[in-house]
Amino acid sequence: MKLLLQLAIKNLIGAGLRTWLNVIVLSFSFVIIIWHKGILDGWDRQAKNETAKWETGRGQFWQKSYDPYDAFSLTEAHAKIPSSLDTVLLNGNLVPILITQGTIYPGGRIQSILIKGIDSNQKILKIPAALFLKSSDEIPVLIGRRMATDNELKEGDIITLRWRDVHGTFDAGDMKVIAIFDTEVPTVDMGQIWIPLDQLQKMMGMPGEATILVCKNKESGSLYPAGWKFKSSEVLLKSITDLIKMKSVAGIVLYIILLSLAMLAIFDTQILSIFRRQKEIGTYIALGMTRYQVVGLFTIEGSLNSVLACILAAIYGIPLLAWQASRGLSMPGGSKGFGLAVADKIYPAYSIGLVLITIILIMITTIIVSYLPSRKIAKMKPTEALRGKLQ
Amino acid sequence: MENSVIISIQGLKKHFITPGGRFTALNGIDIEFGKAEFTGVVGPSGSGKTTLLNIIGSLDSPSEGKAIVLGQSIGELNVKQAALLRRSRLGFIFQSYNLLPVYTVFENVEFPLLLLKLNDGQRKKMVMDSLEWLGLTDKVKSKPAQLSGGECQRVAIARSMVKKPEIVLADEPTANLDAANSHHILKTMVQLNKEFKTTFIFATHDDKVIGYLRRKISLIDGKVAKDEITNN
Ligand SMILES: Nc1ncnc2c1ncn2[C@@H]1O[C@H](COP(=O)(O)OP(=O)(O)OP(=O)(O)O)[C@@H](O)[C@H]1O
Ligand SMILES: [Mg+2]
Repeated sequence: MKLLLQLAIKNLIGAGLRTWLNVIVLSFSFVIIIWHKGILDGWDRQAKNETAKWETGRGQFWQKSYDPYDAFSLTEAHAKIPSSLDTVLLNGNLVPILITQGTIYPGGRIQSILIKGIDSNQKILKIPAALFLKSSDEIPVLIGRRMATDNELKEGDIITLRWRDVHGTFDAGDMKVIAIFDTEVPTVDMGQIWIPLDQLQKMMGMPGEATILVCKNKESGSLYPAGWKFKSSEVLLKSITDLIKMKSVAGIVLYIILLSLAMLAIFDTQILSIFRRQKEIGTYIALGMTRYQVVGLFTIEGSLNSVLACILAAIYGIPLLAWQASRGLSMPGGSKGFGLAVADKIYPAYSIGLVLITIILIMITTIIVSYLPSRKIAKMKPTEALRGKLQ
Repeated sequence: MENSVIISIQGLKKHFITPGGRFTALNGIDIEFGKAEFTGVVGPSGSGKTTLLNIIGSLDSPSEGKAIVLGQSIGELNVKQAALLRRSRLGFIFQSYNLLPVYTVFENVEFPLLLLKLNDGQRKKMVMDSLEWLGLTDKVKSKPAQLSGGECQRVAIARSMVKKPEIVLADEPTANLDAANSHHILKTMVQLNKEFKTTFIFATHDDKVIGYLRRKISLIDGKVAKDEITNN
């Protein structure tokens, strides 16, 4: 085996240009697969991190009627914060959010929106609620950059807000945009405004009530307050997981194409070299190698392509991927409108597992692709191989 | 001197299946070869010289009859045993040298020893000795492509001799060489034959080679037509 390996290395290096072409193509596959998967993993991680920081916390309690996909449920989805959660609430480990529907009239248009009331003193989510404390306006409002752009709103703008209170009575007032925040999480931004919780409770006639309660610690999930259901982060972040999975599937198609190209090149080289090197094969046998040793030699030669590719990929890939990981990948501006958190820059995450799996996968395919054509050698008659006359 | 029999061939026939039907390349051969012979198998093209050498060299097997080489019956060896026989006890020289193109002269000559798993020191010494017999010590690092035909064939001879095999089979070793080179390598082989008691068996129709033979076996249509001791 050691001998075959030595011989294979000599032969492969001796083959020169053809070897390097195969190795380069294969190393591209390595780097692109790892890079692409790294971006997806990085995106997944960033999106989940950011969404947790801005929106989901480490789990949420939902008032039992709350259904984020059904706006009509909002009229029912509010209740007093259960007293069993008082300690958690007082310790600052819970943020109550009251969600209701409203209408704004930006620039003479009618726009239906969500009004979200959040505690000005909260420190769990990144929504800059502390800004409410500095404002003396009757209805101070925070909005995200996307909301501001979509509705042409600026800081300091005062517009009419209309809502329907707990009794179904319409009411209206002037709200003032006190600040616009930038977030990567569109679900706390688009189509909604943030106002102080106590203000909203007053407007709605729902004192002490909330729609959802965002937890700081996932352990709070074991409290089971009556009339509320707990949603863990995994459940809340499932849409991200699903979307990344979908993107990964699209990635697999890319990997298969890349790998097929590289494998085709190696397969072709193997077939050609077995054809061209018949005399050499005959000579190996005449000098005392068995045909199976020659099959082994050619298989190892082919397989070594992936080892060389791995080394080459490491030489240019590691600096390239490291640079990408430190600089991040700028995402096109248009991706802001995505239903999923997209940062301006995605920092790829390369896991050892990812690299290892890629290497093993490519190695195994290369071995198979090298072995299949080499089997032919075992069927050759040495005398005919020596004459170099096989077709 | 040429007494102990190392190759014994009895009633050897070799048939090939061709599109035109069965073709008999060797048609009942009975011969023996002794130790340290310097023998040629001669005859017109297609008379079966190469076929006979291939069977002696365990690269092919008899269709009928027996070929006992160094005590082993060629037809009954499995591929592994045949490979072992070639690896340790037989040497081959080919018309077109058959050197391994990506290896240096040294590595080409070293190759048979790698298969024998000798240690580094031993191997290096044997390779250098062999290269010295053939006057190739200044070409150690050359690749075959950088050598002349005569030099290539000398490397091939060095490769066949490096493990001091009991039998060297040379199929038309001079066919690609000019007269001067042919004489040069033939003289070397005569010398090696004397020094190491290696049996040399040639397949040839080259008169230059025939001039050096001590025994000449003439094949015609797969049969031994004449078997004569020549006075060289
Ligand atoms: N594998 C094979 N299949 C079919 N016929 C073969 C095969 N090998 C050899 N023959 C035939 O057997 C006969 C003897 O061939 P061989 O190569 O032994 O001749 P040779 O004496 O070495 O001739 P040359 O001097 O041209 O090398 C030839 O007619 C050849 O066509
Ligand atoms: Mg011949």
